[in-house]
Amino acid sequence: MPFTWLLLILAAIAVVGYQMGRSRALKSAGGDRRVLHSLPVYYGSNVAMWAIVPAAAVLIVWLLAQPFFVNSRVLATLPDTMVSEGSSIGLVMSDVRRVADGLDTAVAQGAMSRDEALSLSTETSDVRERLGDVGVALGSAVSAEVLKGAQLYRTLNATGSTLMTVLVLLIALGGAAYAYSRSTADFRARNNVERGILALLIAAASVAILTTIGILFALLFNTIEFFKLYPAADFFFGTNWAPSFSGRGGASDLGVLPLLWGTFYISFIALLVAVPIGLFSAIYLSEYAGPKVRGIAKPLIEILAGIPTIVYGLFALLTVGPLLVSMFGKETLGWMQGGTAVMTAGLVMGIMLIPFVSSLSDDIINAVPQAMRDGSYGLGATKSETIRQVILPAALPGIVGAILLAASRAIGETMIVVLGAGAAARLSLNPFEAMTTITAKIVSQLTGDADFASPEALVAFALGMTLFVLTLGLNIFALYIVRKYREQYD
Amino acid sequence: MTDASMTPTDAPKKKSSLMAQDARTRKRNAAETRFRMYGMAAIAVGLLFLVFLFTSILRSGLPAFTQTVVDIEFTLTQEQFDTAESKMLKTGEYQKIFVNALSEQLDARGLDVAFDAKAIQRIVGKPGGTIRSFFLENPDRIGTPVSFELAASSRVDGYFNGRMTRDTLVDSRFLMATDLDLVDALEEAGIIGGAFNWNFITGTDSGVDNPGGAGLGASVIGSFFMMLVVLFLSLPIGVAASIYLEEFAPKNRWTDLIEVNISNLAAVPSIVFGILGLAVFIQFAGFPQSAPLVGGLVLTLMTLPTIIISTRASLAAVPPSIRDAALGVGASKMQSVFHHVLPLAMPGILTGTIIGLAQALGETAPLLLIGMVGFVAREYPETFVGGFTDANSAMPAQIYTWASRADPGFYEKAWGGIIILLLFLITMNAIAVVLRRRFERRW
Repeated sequence: MPFTWLLLILAAIAVVGYQMGRSRALKSAGGDRRVLHSLPVYYGSNVAMWAIVPAAAVLIVWLLAQPFFVNSRVLATLPDTMVSEGSSIGLVMSDVRRVADGLDTAVAQGAMSRDEALSLSTETSDVRERLGDVGVALGSAVSAEVLKGAQLYRTLNATGSTLMTVLVLLIALGGAAYAYSRSTADFRARNNVERGILALLIAAASVAILTTIGILFALLFNTIEFFKLYPAADFFFGTNWAPSFSGRGGASDLGVLPLLWGTFYISFIALLVAVPIGLFSAIYLSEYAGPKVRGIAKPLIEILAGIPTIVYGLFALLTVGPLLVSMFGKETLGWMQGGTAVMTAGLVMGIMLIPFVSSLSDDIINAVPQAMRDGSYGLGATKSETIRQVILPAALPGIVGAILLAASRAIGETMIVVLGAGAAARLSLNPFEAMTTITAKIVSQLTGDADFASPEALVAFALGMTLFVLTLGLNIFALYIVRKYREQYD
Repeated sequence: MTDASMTPTDAPKKKSSLMAQDARTRKRNAAETRFRMYGMAAIAVGLLFLVFLFTSILRSGLPAFTQTVVDIEFTLTQEQFDTAESKMLKTGEYQKIFVNALSEQLDARGLDVAFDAKAIQRIVGKPGGTIRSFFLENPDRIGTPVSFELAASSRVDGYFNGRMTRDTLVDSRFLMATDLDLVDALEEAGIIGGAFNWNFITGTDSGVDNPGGAGLGASVIGSFFMMLVVLFLSLPIGVAASIYLEEFAPKNRWTDLIEVNISNLAAVPSIVFGILGLAVFIQFAGFPQSAPLVGGLVLTLMTLPTIIISTRASLAAVPPSIRDAALGVGASKMQSVFHHVLPLAMPGILTGTIIGLAQALGETAPLLLIGMVGFVAREYPETFVGGFTDANSAMPAQIYTWASRADPGFYEKAWGGIIILLLFLITMNAIAVVLRRRFERRW
């Protein structure tokens, strides 16, 4: 494994550099560490840093850039006619890559010599059969162009890797040598190393920004791609969701409204369960319960928040669903057809949200100043009157914020609705019917076997974008309210 | 006199007594009690849900850990071995030997049940192959009594676990009502019974038609490698980011931007991270599908906000006097942070990290999108590097896969998987609590 070797050599250069830098600095000080500007460790670290950081940066950039370069070069050699023959660039390229991988495997197994793999041509031998012999199955016979492309792909990649190894090692050695030459007694090694560490810290902190950019990039790019294939107005205002998968042909209806309706309906029922229970629990725990009850009940309720959503999903599918059917199903009231329904998912999601509402409200109620309670008691109000007429109005903005946060959780929840809500997209008021949500459809559109470039798969990104914007908006609004409320009493 | 007219004689004086409550006070007190009751009821309902959830997990999941096995001891003579090996249908011949041995043993115990080879097939599958391969590998055991433990079919399993009764059984090619007589007789003879199902913990996933043989082992390994990625990326990055934000960051636009981003990322739905993983790591960067490496990367990005938030809290809890003292004796800012503040904050940081890991361990939605669900994890990874890059499943993804299969036999496995998953989570959280109790210092 040349890549692992490269990393090991880099590490070795750093270690050797560390020792050398340290001893050179010590020697220049005549062995007396008091003469050094910094501790000896810093001289060593400085050399190691110079050896690794620039080399690693070049390595990462190279690894990211090489595939693009190779792809574009290989594409340029492929004739245009290949691409237009009812396939896409991506398909042709994946053929090329598969053949190239196959050749690699063949060479690695010794079934083909290195030169043979480069000079192989479709006229003299059946590439598909030869690759099949070494366990690489190819869908169809390999055309001359694809084989040429694959050979070019391999050559470019091989040269690229060699070049990269040489360059990275040179940079590492150069960096180490540069830092080594500066390792003298009065070199400010500590300041240099600390500047390097600070840069690393800043880079780590910026990962959060990179993630957001990554999310936006992934969603936006593919959403635009989707709107090129499918009119945006039909997506946003369509009332019918009926994707047709590639095999069956025909146009798909991809209206988001039924999904939005299902999402909001399920979230509404979830909040209907979670808000009263959560709010009353919070009130009881913060105003009535003694420290003992509080110490037991609060962690117990918060266990509900630590349970993974897949557990709730299974609970909805296998326990709550059948239970509801036995209560409202054909044999009793006849309201419910199957176990998966808005009610099932909403109820279970409500259970999941109870601790969320209760611990947020608990914090907010506790933040109401004691003076307000004392004033109310002083006027002769009972505890419940104080809560209803003083504390709750004072805490209202915060509680609304908490509910909004819970709502954004509910909208973004996936596993419970995937397992518990059903798959049919419909606009209906009956809570005992199966409906589906944005998140459930993102999963089903992206885990099916649809072609990735089809509108049926790309619509998932538009749905993701809708979801992202929706939850982000709710969150920002909720956090704004909560923060504003906190400032009021601080 | 005017004085007399001022005293109202007709309006009766309101009587109030400290001894007896008036109606209004009673009403207010009743309202007070009612309100209090609402609160208690809310807590009771919440706890009830918790109890309900856990009983249904335990009730449905525990049977997954036991397995019904047919435990039979019999002797194969050299003669029988030779004749069986000379036949065309070798395994069929062994099956006959097996059936004969079984009926002999039943007869010996005075249990008379009529059955044929087909019934045996429905109960334990085709035992011939197992027996033959055993004797081919151990030819020296021919002639000595050998005991075989054969897994019973999932329907017999269901009958034993109470998932299915005689009344609910529908005759099919999988199990007939008459077979249950044989099963009862076998049970009376002590040949069939329950055993701990080690295969469920150490085994790998089976195909869609064999719930009995499904195991969680491979996906536990998949989860383990994912958690390794999460730990080794999110802990250093998270701690570095928190140190910067808490100790060094100047108050400027860039810092504000980072802060806003972190708090928003903490609230982004997990499925969106799955989309990110699919589009950026798999499509764009070309990482392999279903690989624990990709899952680990996505979960790292999801866990980062959690770790950053808890790390910043524990860094902020270290009193400024520590920093001042370090600076006072000549340490640089960097030295004061890395040599003094960070070690003191470490218990809190580790606690936060473990809790973040526990969250990541149970996360399912992003794994659906990076292809961990369609994949049937039949094998353990062969090498250490392969553990990161070979397609594998993860615990929650495996549970989801089982839950969405058509055969209800898999539901039991899904519940059992949940028990194992929850055991892991409980252990991790317990470690976090112990760490906090033992090492956290309060200033």
